[in-house]
Amino acid sequence: MDTSRESEPAPMTDRTTVERKSERELVVTRIFNGPARLVFEAWTKPELLKRWWAPKSFGVSFLSCEADVRAGGTYRFVYGHAASEQPMAFFGRYIEVIPNARFVWTNDEGGEGGAVTTVTFEEAGDETRVAMHDLYPSKEALDGAIASGSTGGCCESFEQLDELLVTRGAGGS
Amino acid sequence: MVQYTQTRFDASFAALSDATRRGVLEQLGRADASITDLASKFHMTLTGMKKHVGVLEQAGLVATEKVGRVRTCRLGSRRLEEEAAWIESYRQLWSARFDALDNIVEELKRKEKIDGHKQRK
Repeated sequence: MDTSRESEPAPMTDRTTVERKSERELVVTRIFNGPARLVFEAWTKPELLKRWWAPKSFGVSFLSCEADVRAGGTYRFVYGHAASEQPMAFFGRYIEVIPNARFVWTNDEGGEGGAVTTVTFEEAGDETRVAMHDLYPSKEALDGAIASGSTGGCCESFEQLDELLVTRGAGGS
Repeated sequence: MVQYTQTRFDASFAALSDATRRGVLEQLGRADASITDLASKFHMTLTGMKKHVGVLEQAGLVATEKVGRVRTCRLGSRRLEEEAAWIESYRQLWSARFDALDNIVEELKRKEKIDGHKQRK
């Protein structure tokens, strides 16, 4: 057994994976060091959720965070960003909630092209593997989300860059 | 990132400054085509068309693939590149979120331990 390797923590950036599983589907995974019920609690209690969902390093901060996590309940997250005067709102409703195992919500802020998100919590020993599936209604909807440049939390600066490039392109042709 | 984008942008710009190359892109927007097809469509020698396709390929606007003796051209890898860049920034967002979530799970574990001790007493 290679103990020297084991004692070194894996780089933070390698622990979260994102994969486009199919034309309509994105999957984000991560393993947490704790039981599923605690990870689930941190996803579903607004006072805990608001402490991690809007990462400071991305310059976003919560203005309000409402989440009524039960089937048929709704959520509404509003955050502000240093580079944008307009607050951003994300909202939808919970379709299915199985405590400590799985919950499903809609993303309605983008109209009909919004994904349905399913998060599963799988406990193994002291760890919990979380998988978050975003299923888009069509290939076009996911392509569109990617083309918009927005990842739903961080990308105003990319959008501004895109605008600059488009403007330059139009001016030069 | 900005530097890279700028360089790529200049390459695209140079590639698009030529009417034939713009025509090739338009053509490939309708269907993939071999270099031979393109050469005959634009009344050009194979060598001439290869040069144009090479410039478009450099700019990431066209991708080519050789199967047997035929080199097929299609619209560029640019979109794939953009998708890879988007997925990476999405991953960074979730990675930052999950790092913060890690701390909260740790906190909940500690709290549970303390509460558990209290209850047992």
